Amino acid sequence: MSDTRTMNMIQAINSAIDVCMGRDPDIIVTGEDVGYFGGVFKATEGLQRKYGKTRVFDTPITECGIIGVAVGMAAYGLRPVPEIQFADYIYPALDQIVSEAARLRYRSAGEFTAPITVRSPFGGGIFGGQTHSQSPEGIFTHVAGLKTVIPSTPYDAKGLLISAIEDNDPVIFFEPKRIYNGPFDGHYDRPVTPWAKHPASAVPEGHYRIPLGKASVVRAGEAVTILAYGTMVHVAAGVIADTGVDAELIDLRTLVPLDIETIVASVEKTGRCIVVHEATKTSGFGAELSALVQEHCFHSLEAPVQRVTGWDTPYPHSLEWAYFPGPVRLGEAIKRVMEE
Amino acid sequence: MADDHAGRNLPPLSLHIPEPRFRPGDTVDFGHFEIPAADASSRPPIDAAAEAMRGHSYGLVRVLDEDDRAVGAWDPKLSPERLLRMLRHMALTRAFDERMYRAQRQGKTSFYMKCTGEEATCIPATHALDRGDMVFPSYRQQGVLIARDWSLVDMICQIYSNSGDRLKGRQMPIMYSAKEANFFSISGNLATQYPQAVGWAMASAAKGDTRIATAWCGEGSTAEGDFHSALTFASVYRAPVVLNVVNNQWAISSFSGFAGAEATTFAARAVGYGIAGLRVDGNDALAVYAATEWAAERARGNHGPTLIEHFTYRSEGHSTSDDPTKYRSADERTAWPLGDPIARLKAHVIAIGAWDEERHAAMDRELAEQVRAAGKQAEALGVLGDGMHQPFSTMFEDVFEEMPWHLREQSAQMHAERAVSGITAGGEK
Repeated sequence: MSDTRTMNMIQAINSAIDVCMGRDPDIIVTGEDVGYFGGVFKATEGLQRKYGKTRVFDTPITECGIIGVAVGMAAYGLRPVPEIQFADYIYPALDQIVSEAARLRYRSAGEFTAPITVRSPFGGGIFGGQTHSQSPEGIFTHVAGLKTVIPSTPYDAKGLLISAIEDNDPVIFFEPKRIYNGPFDGHYDRPVTPWAKHPASAVPEGHYRIPLGKASVVRAGEAVTILAYGTMVHVAAGVIADTGVDAELIDLRTLVPLDIETIVASVEKTGRCIVVHEATKTSGFGAELSALVQEHCFHSLEAPVQRVTGWDTPYPHSLEWAYFPGPVRLGEAIKRVMEE
Repeated sequence: MADDHAGRNLPPLSLHIPEPRFRPGDTVDFGHFEIPAADASSRPPIDAAAEAMRGHSYGLVRVLDEDDRAVGAWDPKLSPERLLRMLRHMALTRAFDERMYRAQRQGKTSFYMKCTGEEATCIPATHALDRGDMVFPSYRQQGVLIARDWSLVDMICQIYSNSGDRLKGRQMPIMYSAKEANFFSISGNLATQYPQAVGWAMASAAKGDTRIATAWCGEGSTAEGDFHSALTFASVYRAPVVLNVVNNQWAISSFSGFAGAEATTFAARAVGYGIAGLRVDGNDALAVYAATEWAAERARGNHGPTLIEHFTYRSEGHSTSDDPTKYRSADERTAWPLGDPIARLKAHVIAIGAWDEERHAAMDRELAEQVRAAGKQAEALGVLGDGMHQPFSTMFEDVFEEMPWHLREQSAQMHAERAVSGITAGGEK
């Protein structure tokens, strides 16, 4: 095992790309502002200097082009790691992701593949308003042929991103930008805790993988299963600590493919389940989780599955903290599920 | 107040809706087309600055003159052998289209698309490229595969979705994929292949390779955002790519005016992006060869991309699902002032003494027989009308490299459902 260094999530992501680029000359990083400047969140800082301008470069502001070009590069034999500057900007690329990258292996019966990792900061809590706060993961989990990965710590971010880049299928890698610099328990009025105080900020300098499709049991418990990912893992952990409820907290880490075994084992044990995400509620990934829990664990359930989500509205700017599924919304759901 | 125009007697605005010149029943007169003489266009040096050759986006590169002779600066001076190979590939493509069209009408498959009248927009271009150059086709470039001597049986198996279909019956007919022929998987979504071709070309350049990329799309698809993303990338990175627009005048029932043809040419899109643009007589095989050769040489020399508009006419319907008599004049095809590409190339090789009517008729018979034999061979592996030719389990393969649990579960469910219905497929008895 290589040396470990304290990293925040940005540094861990940067380290993951760095390690992969050092091992594989076919990895190429593209996106708006990713080159000389190193990205608006600094995730690609120093990479152009280290690997040269033909491997790390800025692109025109056309997400359709960024992904379309990546598909062509993948057809050539490269492994592109394009960045979409905000998940909110990904929609112009949707056709290239959904109709092209996701289906290329299938439609060509394996002749052509798209081993592309689309990195993109997502989620709110930074006063980003409706165009810098969205959580569109449900759009991508709905598409056959895509994997969707969302880390919640620096350690996981690096190990998952390495797995994503080395995976031979297209991966949507959403980075919860609210926790780039430190875990966030949903108490927006409290001072921010830096990652340095969290054990998962100890990140190996070298290469390691966290397999896609494996959830992590963040906290074992008996009373209720809480399924979360990204920022909401930390909000849930905070609520568990504040309320003392003996919840089992599962960080899904990968939405597709989903670690159904860990979910089912937990809900069969606790008999209760709450699904948490920041995305809007209707047709969100929580609906899928809720349905799966019902299909697999119906006879173990002692209460209806609860969904704790953002509201079905655009993400508002000034009312951000009334929108965000914070400690109060989750706390109320815990009360409801435990009362049954 | 900002409202200081209020009360003025302004004329009402009016919205312009383009309308083609001719509709069913109309007498067609293409007299308004400006067709320059075959030797009118100059041939810029391959490293010419894009701004120095803007005129080429509005002119028309032509080589074959009224007497079927090759003339002017663009004459590629091809050997008779090369000319006859091109002619043969074009005639074979037409024979293939005829037979596959009939096969669809006979119920052997669900769908077909001919390229009749447009054979010169990709076959001579393929002859001007290296076989290692990557092609990102649209759905009407079957001629590329034929010009690369790809197996007709393989193509027909794909059209029939039979047990010989390498694509496992997953794609609609004619959505070929042939990596060995450096022919990218065809998408049914329009112009998506354009940025992909640019990306492939950028990768080739980044790796210091010598191969270039090409793409084709129709004039209608130039309205897609992908087209403009592709041209932006191609321009910004000077990608070694040749981008072809087949302007066949019709996008299903929408004439080229709905893609902007009333305002300018499609080659002129290059002007705004600062790349080389050539507008070519798409029914002149020698002009297409010459333009492609020029663009490929330019790309290979690191002088950047070229956009080529092939000015042509879609002689047939959009597909077997389309009836063009419902929206355009039947006279257009015969009145088309640039003639038929096969007839023109044939007249040229006859004019130079390399060919004659007898040999041409014999070749047509031979090609028809070649297609018939290939069809028979493919049919032995089944036709779509027979049912489902692939093992059911293939439905769940290749979604991912490794099948995740949810697909294994759904596959088991589907197999159970098939067992209940008593239906099997593809050797699963």
